Amino acid sequence: MSEKKVAPAPGDRTVIGLTFGNSNSSIAHTVDDKAEVIANEDGDRQIPTILSYVEGEEYYGQQAKAFLVRNPKNTVAYFRDFLGKDFKSIDPTHNHASAHPQEADDSVSFTVKDKEGEDAEPSTLPVSEVSARYLRRLVASASDYLGKKVTSAVITIPTNFSEKQKAALIAAAGEADLEVLQLISEPVAAVLAYDARPEGVISDKIVVVADLGGTRSDVSVVASRGGMYTILATVHDYEFAGFALDKILIDHFAKEFLKKHGGADPRENARSLAKLKQESESTKKALSLGNNASFSVESLSEGVDFASTINRLRYETIARSVFEGFNRLVESVIKKADLDVLDVDEVILSGGTSHTPRIAANMGSIFPKTTTILAPSTTPSAINPSELQARGAALQASLIQEYEADDIDQSTHAAVTTVPHVNNAIGVVSLSESGEEVFVPIIQPETAVPARRTVHVPAPKNGGDILVKVVEGNTHIKVTKPEPKANGDSKAAKVEDADDSDEDSDFSDEEEEEEEKREKVWKIGTTLAEAAIRGVKKGGKVEVTINVNADLSVVVTTREVGAKGGVRGTISA
Amino acid sequence: MATTVVALPLPSLPEGWSAEKDFKAVGKITQDRATQRTIEPIGPHFLAHARRARHKRTFSEDDRIQAQERAKNVEEDNDSDISEPEDAMMLQRDAKDWKNQDHYKVLGLSRYRYKATEEQIKRAHRKKVLKHHPDKKAAAGRVDDDTFFKCIQKATEVLLDPVTRRQFDSVDEEADVEPPTKKQLAKGNFYKLWGSVFKAEGRFSKNHPVPAFGDDKSSKEDVENFYNFWYNFDSWRTFEYLDEDVPDDNENRDQKRHTERKNANARKKKKAEDNARLRKLLDDCSAGDERIKRFRQEANAAKNKKRLEKEAAEKKAAEEAKAKKEAEEKAAKEAEEKAKLDREAGKKAKEAAKNAVKKNKRVLRGSVKDANYFVSGDASVATIDAVLGDVELVQTKVDPDEIAALAAKLNGLKLADEIKSVWQEEVKRLVAAGKVKESEIKALN
Repeated sequence: MSEKKVAPAPGDRTVIGLTFGNSNSSIAHTVDDKAEVIANEDGDRQIPTILSYVEGEEYYGQQAKAFLVRNPKNTVAYFRDFLGKDFKSIDPTHNHASAHPQEADDSVSFTVKDKEGEDAEPSTLPVSEVSARYLRRLVASASDYLGKKVTSAVITIPTNFSEKQKAALIAAAGEADLEVLQLISEPVAAVLAYDARPEGVISDKIVVVADLGGTRSDVSVVASRGGMYTILATVHDYEFAGFALDKILIDHFAKEFLKKHGGADPRENARSLAKLKQESESTKKALSLGNNASFSVESLSEGVDFASTINRLRYETIARSVFEGFNRLVESVIKKADLDVLDVDEVILSGGTSHTPRIAANMGSIFPKTTTILAPSTTPSAINPSELQARGAALQASLIQEYEADDIDQSTHAAVTTVPHVNNAIGVVSLSESGEEVFVPIIQPETAVPARRTVHVPAPKNGGDILVKVVEGNTHIKVTKPEPKANGDSKAAKVEDADDSDEDSDFSDEEEEEEEKREKVWKIGTTLAEAAIRGVKKGGKVEVTINVNADLSVVVTTREVGAKGGVRGTISA
Repeated sequence: MATTVVALPLPSLPEGWSAEKDFKAVGKITQDRATQRTIEPIGPHFLAHARRARHKRTFSEDDRIQAQERAKNVEEDNDSDISEPEDAMMLQRDAKDWKNQDHYKVLGLSRYRYKATEEQIKRAHRKKVLKHHPDKKAAAGRVDDDTFFKCIQKATEVLLDPVTRRQFDSVDEEADVEPPTKKQLAKGNFYKLWGSVFKAEGRFSKNHPVPAFGDDKSSKEDVENFYNFWYNFDSWRTFEYLDEDVPDDNENRDQKRHTERKNANARKKKKAEDNARLRKLLDDCSAGDERIKRFRQEANAAKNKKRLEKEAAEKKAAEEAKAKKEAEEKAAKEAEEKAKLDREAGKKAKEAAKNAVKKNKRVLRGSVKDANYFVSGDASVATIDAVLGDVELVQTKVDPDEIAALAAKLNGLKLADEIKSVWQEEVKRLVAAGKVKESEIKALN
């Protein structure tokens, strides 16, 4: 502490991206603009957020997790969410198998024996100190890996972190000699990780980010507009998360154990329960990869060993209620954002729990076929969901590492980040094949202004003079009921039915027949402006650029592609 | 963002449509429906947005400025570092004399020297080659003019190999900074002048980072750190570059060995000289360093202060102890004297009491005798004995005060009846108090 803490100069920074989670944390850095997640000295890329003290020795990560069985009293786990909160508002459910949180002043603390010796006094560590110690270990691992002292980081946080929690996290990082360049929200970090891939294309899209973690699930709707991200809605859930799946496996195997061996319920004994939990977690992970997984615990209860296996189908059956909980979460957030599943272009599954194939499959059935589900089991090119946020943070860190801290502050100030978003789409009117007027969106709804978009629209086949009509537009969901007993349709329905019955066996035929066809349809709204392009060549194209200024005035520039001049006009706000 | 291409065609212009400059603003954007939301400050596109917002640029302005900046960068990369005028003398150098040539200057890198990166050396080489290649010279009519080209090749060869580059850097005097003279120092600038000397010397350090010399505001810790580092300087400087050429022929082995030995000795000697030079440099510098003097004074002041404080404290403690001892002695003496007086007074009082008791007893005995043993005429021996026995008994049963009281009552009484009644009263009182049993009393009841 004698060292004076001076923020490193932008040129001397070594930056990393950090995800500091309740259950796991990870570290990422960038190599040639590509993010890479760093393995710590144990070879883990997902480092359990756990500290354990044995004989004055500090363990963290996977090693500390192992001590949950043998040394739960001196092991601190699941403490991230306690940062910057008072004792009244924390949920200590997950800590009953480790060091218990206690009230201390206006924060939370843990009492652990962190010094050597039989009769050493246990010390009371406030959660900020625990976090600082843990972060210090993470930074040390990253520094070892990179061969340079890590000075600064971008850290991801949930969207519902309060100012006090943010301040506490920054203070804890400062204690660990780590400069926090920026705190970024977890869902957007995940989106950035995908968008920053070399093959990633920046487009206007609505993304649902389902961050399914160990102790909590956060689902958000993010509008990605030309690489700018706006969060439209979020839901947070502390019931449907990874631990709920563990619980189901724990119950399943505990019952099986009782059936086989009788005796005491292993769930009644703290040590047996810890063993059950640990093995259930690894079984769960194995089930995400393979169709079968084994479960074996030595000396589970009263010295009796227990081994069993479970297949994925059985697991998915017993865990169905939890999986449906995830579905409801996703549906509720879309509703909260005032959108329809048809509006969603992409679903990103992030967080450890989203490795589960069933969850991705369920998302596939909620959303239409056009929606991309980015999860390992549905999209082969998907990024490992556990690494998304750390990668996003690392990318952001590499982007801003050259800036002065002051500069970053100013750029992230509300005066810069809070801007009006257009609520209606702006586009031009085109003709469909049947000659009807249709709306072609150029600027999507929920785009932050100022915004500029350009499109190329073909001219009519024969060229000539052309009308460019700039209009507002919005969507509505068109529902078409299938014609009853039409031959072609029922056939199609049957095929679909066969598909579905694989996934959902209790789907009845009656329901299937009533299924409606839902489409997203653009409706032409008020006309904003009209412009004429004269003498377009045969087969030519017209370029339309729409520029919405910060004061919501619109500049329309339109010309024939390849020609000079063109028409430019302003629609005042 | 990239331009999107739409498939559906635009409609034709309806007949009779006309507008000024072919543009007609009809409606307005529905403003009340624009929501204020917060963009997440993440990603490259946000940075662009923040740049535009903070500098109040429009899209096209920002595009232009960014393009300009990028273009400038490229230009800088190409030109700035390797554009030194070429000295005519240098161009005529003989490549055989490569040991004496300044490789950095040949490549046009004399501004960078040991700081030049490998990338810079490569680029400089390429640039020089493009200019000085013999083929180019031949095209200009000077056939076989490859002397400077050879110099370039040699310079690149030396500088691109890290080992030989270090050897050259070790003896590259151009990069040295001469220690400041007294005259220079007299003008001030002590920290700046010495700072640049040590910065240049620091290039030989095996350990990095090399601590900075600092200025007069540097902390004591920093200054000590600096001098410790330099007095324990670990240098990679070698002097192989100055070796005499070792004869290459196999015939004269002895000559070869002799030269090798001579070279090794020369290197060792030069290294020792270099170390001595550095040490002297440091001594000179530290001798003139005001900071060290200041720190020493401060330390002395602190130490003296401590010592004085300690002495004062000791003196005070001694005085206190002495005063306390004296007070104790005095108190003890007084107590002793007082005890002695008390003792004597007690003795006198006791004797007086004893005498009083004796006197009173005499009065008691006298009273019965005065009363003629309570009989008329001569009292028989038995009667006298019984009465005196009773008197004795009563005397033993009562304490001196009661004896005194009884004596006072009896004193002056001459009549036998009165005396007897006093005695009877006394006996009654004693019997009532349970001190004497009635049966024990023989005559006085």
